[in-house]
Amino acid sequence: MTAVPTALTKKDFKSDQDVRWCPGCGDYAILNAVQTAFANLGKNLHETVIISGIGCSSRFPYYMETYGFHTIHGRAPAVATGTKLANPNLDVWVITGDGDSLSIGGNHLIHTLRRNVGLKIILFNNRIYGLTKGQYSPTSEKGKRTKSTPMGSLDEPFSPISLALGAGATFVARSVDIFAPHLISMIERMDAHRGTALLEVYQNCNIFNDGAFRGFTEKDVRSDRVVELQHGKPLLFGGDHSKAVAFDSGFVPQIVGASDDLPNWDERAVSPAAAMALAHASEADLPVPIGVFRDVDRPAFEDDVVGQVAAARAKRQESMAELLAGSETWTVGG
Amino acid sequence: MTETTSPSTLQELDQIVVRFAGDSGDGMQLTGDQLTRTSAIMGNDLATFPDFPAEIRAPAGTLPGVSAFQLRFSNFDIHTPGDAPDVLVAMNPAALKAHIKALKPEGILIVNTAKFGSVDLKKAKYETNPLEDGSLAGYRMLEVDLEKLTRETLAESPLDTRAKDRCKNMFALGILYWLFHRNMQPTLDFLQTKFASKPDIAAANVRAVQAGFHYADISGIFQSSYKVAPATFMKPGTYRNVMGNQSLCLGLVAASKSAGVELMLGSYPITPASDILHQLSGYKHHGVVTFQAEDEIAAVCAAIGASYAGQLGITSTSGPGLALKSEAIGLAVMTELPLVVINVQRAGPSTGMPTKTEQADLLQAMFGRNGECPVPIVAARTPADAFGAAYEAVRIALRYMTPVVLLSDGYVANGAEPWRIPDVDSLPPIEVRYAEARGADEPKFQPYVRDPETLARPWARPGTPGLMHRIGGLEKQDGTGSISYDPENHQRMTDLRAAKVAGIDVAPCEVIGDASGDVLIVGWGGTAGALTAAAVRLRAQGHAVSAVCLRHLNPFPPNLGELLRSFRKVIVAELNGGQLALLIRGQFLVDAAPFTKVQGQPFTSQEIESRIEQALGEIAR
Ligand code: SF4
Repeated sequence: MTAVPTALTKKDFKSDQDVRWCPGCGDYAILNAVQTAFANLGKNLHETVIISGIGCSSRFPYYMETYGFHTIHGRAPAVATGTKLANPNLDVWVITGDGDSLSIGGNHLIHTLRRNVGLKIILFNNRIYGLTKGQYSPTSEKGKRTKSTPMGSLDEPFSPISLALGAGATFVARSVDIFAPHLISMIERMDAHRGTALLEVYQNCNIFNDGAFRGFTEKDVRSDRVVELQHGKPLLFGGDHSKAVAFDSGFVPQIVGASDDLPNWDERAVSPAAAMALAHASEADLPVPIGVFRDVDRPAFEDDVVGQVAAARAKRQESMAELLAGSETWTVGG
Repeated sequence: MTETTSPSTLQELDQIVVRFAGDSGDGMQLTGDQLTRTSAIMGNDLATFPDFPAEIRAPAGTLPGVSAFQLRFSNFDIHTPGDAPDVLVAMNPAALKAHIKALKPEGILIVNTAKFGSVDLKKAKYETNPLEDGSLAGYRMLEVDLEKLTRETLAESPLDTRAKDRCKNMFALGILYWLFHRNMQPTLDFLQTKFASKPDIAAANVRAVQAGFHYADISGIFQSSYKVAPATFMKPGTYRNVMGNQSLCLGLVAASKSAGVELMLGSYPITPASDILHQLSGYKHHGVVTFQAEDEIAAVCAAIGASYAGQLGITSTSGPGLALKSEAIGLAVMTELPLVVINVQRAGPSTGMPTKTEQADLLQAMFGRNGECPVPIVAARTPADAFGAAYEAVRIALRYMTPVVLLSDGYVANGAEPWRIPDVDSLPPIEVRYAEARGADEPKFQPYVRDPETLARPWARPGTPGLMHRIGGLEKQDGTGSISYDPENHQRMTDLRAAKVAGIDVAPCEVIGDASGDVLIVGWGGTAGALTAAAVRLRAQGHAVSAVCLRHLNPFPPNLGELLRSFRKVIVAELNGGQLALLIRGQFLVDAAPFTKVQGQPFTSQEIESRIEQALGEIAR
């Protein structure tokens, strides 16, 4: 997506509200990236709507000088679906967190993805409940000690990427709060997609889960611990791109040495199998994939809804009086 | 109309109440529906009461599987489907057992003898055969082997025996058409259309209706046939027959057209509200968008999202669904967005009795949310009244920028009655003004600056230049809409939200009878018919009895307080544990006596009459 010059700058997207996240929170970087990307994309303020649920990240709409709706816990995709159906011309973005969209709102997330409603969903994954002061979340690693799990959490986390792929998502990507250029480019990619676009952003909660992603995001380890998915290119990583991720015969991702005959990453693959295998790979054994896991075309839900209404209208005209009368009437004299 | 050749006598009656009862697979609802449509077309006033079994297909021949349909048609103004039927059609022993108690003494009982074998009797838990043990001596019983007769009628038909047997309800209908002098043609036409793609089935059903009619005529099984002349009291106009869910949908569409705001329904299937989703899904050619959501919460949230974007968001459900929607309704109260929440009530608590009627969600509608969260409530009183109630709910939602709960119930939803089709131009106008675009040099838009008259906040649609703003569930600063934790502001906003609802311009309630007297019977929603019938009868006997059937439950009509104080006794009749009575006593400090019933069945007008007579007796003492 090439950036179109616009009258609006990043600053124009800032509202007059004081931002109230904890100092040092990863949310600031994401807000900054969104504002930058929106300016790059030449968006205007009045046709942009940001809809959020509940949680630290869901305060986001207050800080944007666009239309904004801070809804209730977990329900942002459902509210946003109604908004998009009512006016498909609106550019509707959903801001949510791991508790909001994967726990209380899990149902709405999967069904939104399945329907392919034209919503751009940015999922801030900090692997913790921040606003309620530090309980484990559905993405917290097993055994995590928190206020609600003093002996360690017992449930297995799930990967938002694999959940989204499983739900039939047409666009799935991942980025990291502090990888500004990459994050901005991912937001721009989401914008170009028709249908639901889900972006998982690893976001540091420096108060309740500080350093959750440090193991692969720190500058000195980044090149060895992160692999960037780039369409049409092999999955190279390492300081000098000396290593690569490849799949063995059992479709298990492996680290191999770079060579000329490595397969290229295909984000448009019909089968989501490769993307799924990467989403399930262990963070400890493999570099962490970022970038676009999947980007395929499928009609957007709102287009089909509008299409049915238009087809019904073209086929049948009925006045209000005809509708009220129905098929069988009788008259009482007078 | 086919002329009769039988030597039987003809009796003119003012009204007939007939009940069909059979297995849920016997097509009783369809049969009842046909007699209803025909009677409507023939100009009778009518009221129906379909009584569904809980299971879609309970084991055949058992008591839980019995499905019934009652129709009352008349030449005078009626308000209920009648208490006791004059004619009962029982398709099997279970149907007989479940419904014989209701039949009037000396009433006509038509039994399908084909289903009275020992196995059938056992399934219905009969020790002896009621057709033989003399227990039915008090009725005029006609034994008809519907299966044998239908099979003989269809001897030439290519259908298999099972399919032929399925036409027996039409044979029974034919018998009744002769008995009641009904015109068969509308039903014959209906069958041709319904089975247009299956000509053999269409032909067999048509044959069965005609054969039933001729059988009743020629066999001479009835000493008499009966005729009910068209109703004459009816206001001149064009009428149609409507079911409650149907007219409710028409009211929604008509209101959205009057307002010039497109309608978006978010819904999740639930008995007995699903027909609203079905019906509105068929109105796409009127621009209606329906969204079958993943759950009740998503359904209401999508409706809120649509309202936020400038459409009329509607969600339809029944009691358990309303419980799930509570938090989202609170969001709509806080963000002051229009929304209509339809609750077609059923017997509760929990899953309760989904196919049975009740009015026990009034307090849920009134108070079932966290915080001080006022919501206007409108209730549909009869199947035809659901049109006006829905129209009114939309009007309030749009004019006051508020969610509105529209209460219906299983009885109103599935019942049918004639409806005088309103002239589209005579419908009250609904004005909607969206906030207008602003230039950069104009003052900043404030989403919570209110209309001084209605206290409604402006409806600012995303997409409008210059109106960018943020709303949400957090408390707002008066005017600006910014987040505020200020103590005084929260008090002020809470008071404003309450005042907005309390100040809604509700029409005074109509009184059946005088505005003062001995006994006032008060009800709301679907009990209207029984209350009206009882009051009319007692007034005819000279009693100072009046009735009020409320459509508006929050706020109450402005004249209600004075009315309540103008009677020596006030009785509040409702199908719950006394919920309206609690509200009335709380608000008006009057000694309103609750009269309640929770049996999954509507009040009979007799029950209401007896209760009023008791009160009259207490006054006399
Ligand atoms: S609690 Fe964590 S996620 Fe929430 S604002 Fe503070 S640092 Fe950010």
